[in-house]
Amino acid sequence: MGRRVVVIGAGAAGMEAAGQLAKAGCSVTLVEKEEETGGNVRNWYHLFPDHRDSKEVISYLDSRVAHKNLTLITGTTVEDMEQDHGQFILKTGDGMALEADAVVVSTGFDLFRSERKEEYGYGIYDNVISSADLEKMFRKGEVLRHDGEIPRRIGLVHCVGSRDEKVGNPYCSKLCCVTAVKQAMELKKKLNTARVFCFYMDMRMGGALYEELYRESQEKYGINYIRGKVSEVSENFDNRLVVKVEDTLAGRPLKMELDMLVLMAGMEMSESGARLARAAGLKTGENKFFAIADHHFGSNKSELNGIFYAGTCTMPMNITETISHARAAVADVLDYLNTLSG
Amino acid sequence: MKSEGKKKIWADYQKEIADDHFFYVRSCIRQSFFPGSEQFFLHFMRDVLGKDVYENPSHTSCTGIGYHSDIVPLRTIMAVVARHFALMKESGYKNIAISCVTSFGIYTEILETWRHFPRELEQTREDLYKATGREFDIPENVAHTSDIIYKFSNEIAAKAKYPLVNRLTGSPLNVVEHIGCHYAKMFPKHGVGGAEFPRVLSGMIESWGGNVVDYPERRHCCGFGFRQYLVQANRGYSMSNTIKKFASMQPFNPDLVLTNCPGCTMFMDKWQYTAKEMEGTVYGRNGEAIPVLTYEELAGLVMGYNPWDLGLQYHMVQSEPLFRKMGVVFDPADKFRTKDGKQMPSPADLINV
Repeated sequence: MGRRVVVIGAGAAGMEAAGQLAKAGCSVTLVEKEEETGGNVRNWYHLFPDHRDSKEVISYLDSRVAHKNLTLITGTTVEDMEQDHGQFILKTGDGMALEADAVVVSTGFDLFRSERKEEYGYGIYDNVISSADLEKMFRKGEVLRHDGEIPRRIGLVHCVGSRDEKVGNPYCSKLCCVTAVKQAMELKKKLNTARVFCFYMDMRMGGALYEELYRESQEKYGINYIRGKVSEVSENFDNRLVVKVEDTLAGRPLKMELDMLVLMAGMEMSESGARLARAAGLKTGENKFFAIADHHFGSNKSELNGIFYAGTCTMPMNITETISHARAAVADVLDYLNTLSG
Repeated sequence: MKSEGKKKIWADYQKEIADDHFFYVRSCIRQSFFPGSEQFFLHFMRDVLGKDVYENPSHTSCTGIGYHSDIVPLRTIMAVVARHFALMKESGYKNIAISCVTSFGIYTEILETWRHFPRELEQTREDLYKATGREFDIPENVAHTSDIIYKFSNEIAAKAKYPLVNRLTGSPLNVVEHIGCHYAKMFPKHGVGGAEFPRVLSGMIESWGGNVVDYPERRHCCGFGFRQYLVQANRGYSMSNTIKKFASMQPFNPDLVLTNCPGCTMFMDKWQYTAKEMEGTVYGRNGEAIPVLTYEELAGLVMGYNPWDLGLQYHMVQSEPLFRKMGVVFDPADKFRTKDGKQMPSPADLINV
């Protein structure tokens, strides 16, 4: 059996990295805090840009970790990590001590808790939901208001918890814009007569086929994009939402009644990742994600030899980028293990 | 609407409110237009709760209205506030109780300025010393007087003679709460419950048996907005903001509006008179306007004080419809009679009479 590697977190990055390392001959232990693997991908229904069912990605990832060199431990967390003579000892929440020659941290991201944007009333107004809540509705097959009615006018708010200094997140989460475009199109597919409005600051369509998706959403689905931030949400006497927003292109304030408001929650360093960073003394960056060793040449490396990063524990990424980042982490880990062998 | 969500927010904005030994600073507007409010506060704190509340006769206006209309510069108002703190120090007090929301906003803004820019604090110390020879300390506790009534709202509820319940129907009264913008919108951490879903007044309303109305324009300015009103040409804008609020709350059938800011009480009260005169519009039920009360006036009513001792006759929108709903016993003949029995002139065109 080859060198021992512990991978922390079995989302897309962790599963891809663990599978590749096992294939390369390492003895891999993959630790996941939830009972199920798959991370945030499990919470999504269809994925951009091609509307693929997320279950296909989960199946792919499951196939990666089905390897004889790989041991999967679910339902536990890594609480502490120490280094002793080049060996890492990882202590789990349920009292295990895992030994490793190298560690891959792939603790992923948490969705921004939308209730922190108090002015939007998430958790207070029944028909203010998050993008993740809407995905659950899509998976269930019905998009309904809290009172069971079909929504006729739906708003999607971009940049909830992203590019927002007030909540301490000045960075862009990169994926919320395209998520909004995708969800707006899915809403129109499901509720043909509904009117769908997206409230955005800038449309950041930086990924492959994103711009095409954005165009299609306007030309084929008639999604209405309003450039401006929602300032406040309230409820009227009929339990309809009243949304105040500034239309910065028209140069005027708007007040709209909507049946449902969907908040495009941004990505934040996961709580489990932040805990691990504190326990293991790993640096975090200005964006509060794990700080990478070098922006150009070391995006998988930590400041400590033998500890590597994969995926969205370092910055917001889409699934394609996450998997590529995980594969790059594997290359760095194998290089590092070779130096130990030498 | 889920109340659990609001409770989570309130838990994040629990400020420390001193329990005793207050240096009390009055409000220019309230002591002129709603004099019963401050009178009741002092009586309640001193005579009912037995607290130590001190007033210094050398206290002046905070000059906040001048500051917000670009007449009083920042450096000047910082010196004025520093002088108040010097009076407090000289009187041996560390907890300031501020009657006015504009003043409360001024004090919190200046304290935050000094915290972030210590050079400004040193400059102010120097300015005050050169001008008056006085020195000051930063208060240990800063509370708006609505914070203090909120703190003791259960004590008031325990003494309630007329809870906020409609005696005829048995239903809780629908109460609109309106928080002054400068109470927590600038610094949410300084307000009980924060800025978006403030708890300071809604807590009193629920404690005293009422139902809090959440309506779309709840967060909107009362219409005062300083320059909206102070510049005469802008007054139509001031009034349009007030009307926006009343039109928004109207479908919820409010029985009263409760405010914690002098400007808000004044404008939501007096612009209702203006709207009725100009357009014939009223926003309450049965052709009535909606009484607008301060938290002290409401606390006094709930505790069974004579509404004329609380000064409710000095509002434009009269509160008799509210008295009838609550079952408050009152004598109309005493309304404009002095304590020694002299009849004062009765104002014309009061609403709800």
